[in-house]
Amino acid sequence: MSAQMTAEQLFAMLKKFQEPKGNFFNKDMTMTMPLLESLLANKERYGYMACPCRLPNGTFEEDKDIVCPCVYREADMEEYGACFCGLYVTAEVNERDDTAIVVPERRPPEKILGQD
Amino acid sequence: MAKSCNVTLYALSTCIHCKKAKQFLEDNGVPFTVVFVDQLTGDERKETIARIKEHNPKLSFPTIIIDEGTCVIVGFHKEEIEEALDI
Repeated sequence: MSAQMTAEQLFAMLKKFQEPKGNFFNKDMTMTMPLLESLLANKERYGYMACPCRLPNGTFEEDKDIVCPCVYREADMEEYGACFCGLYVTAEVNERDDTAIVVPERRPPEKILGQD
Repeated sequence: MAKSCNVTLYALSTCIHCKKAKQFLEDNGVPFTVVFVDQLTGDERKETIARIKEHNPKLSFPTIIIDEGTCVIVGFHKEEIEEALDI
């Protein structure tokens, strides 16, 4: 098993790809770093980076829509300026003092199967 | 002092909003029960999910249920929590 990547390494790696596309990490590091750690924890637990703020079904096939970056990110960033978990925000949101935004859940509930 | 209510925080162990909501309740001395749904399995998980869905069909987190559902707060809305609990 390759050594577990650290949240800092993940941050550096993703930042290069995501920022040019307008997806900025939340400047509030009390949000961004724990979320990156949770993505690594979900990768360890489920085998894929399920969104830290959603209840995974437990298989990649059933969770494809919430593997980070989730399929709902684009619409959420357009409407609210942030993705559901708050990891990614727009440049405009990152200029605000407070970057905390509560984004309503866009994922259809029927996608959550509820078995363990 | 927060008014006394029966408060349950349904959360995910990996969710930062849930962590902040939990911290907020603790910082304000609110007695509450936290349930990390992602750590439940089997019937307990199914029953808990069904209970949450009664109050929050979207099954999103955090879901804060006050007094068996007389008040339900979906998402970490600080002002709503302050108002509901007189903080």
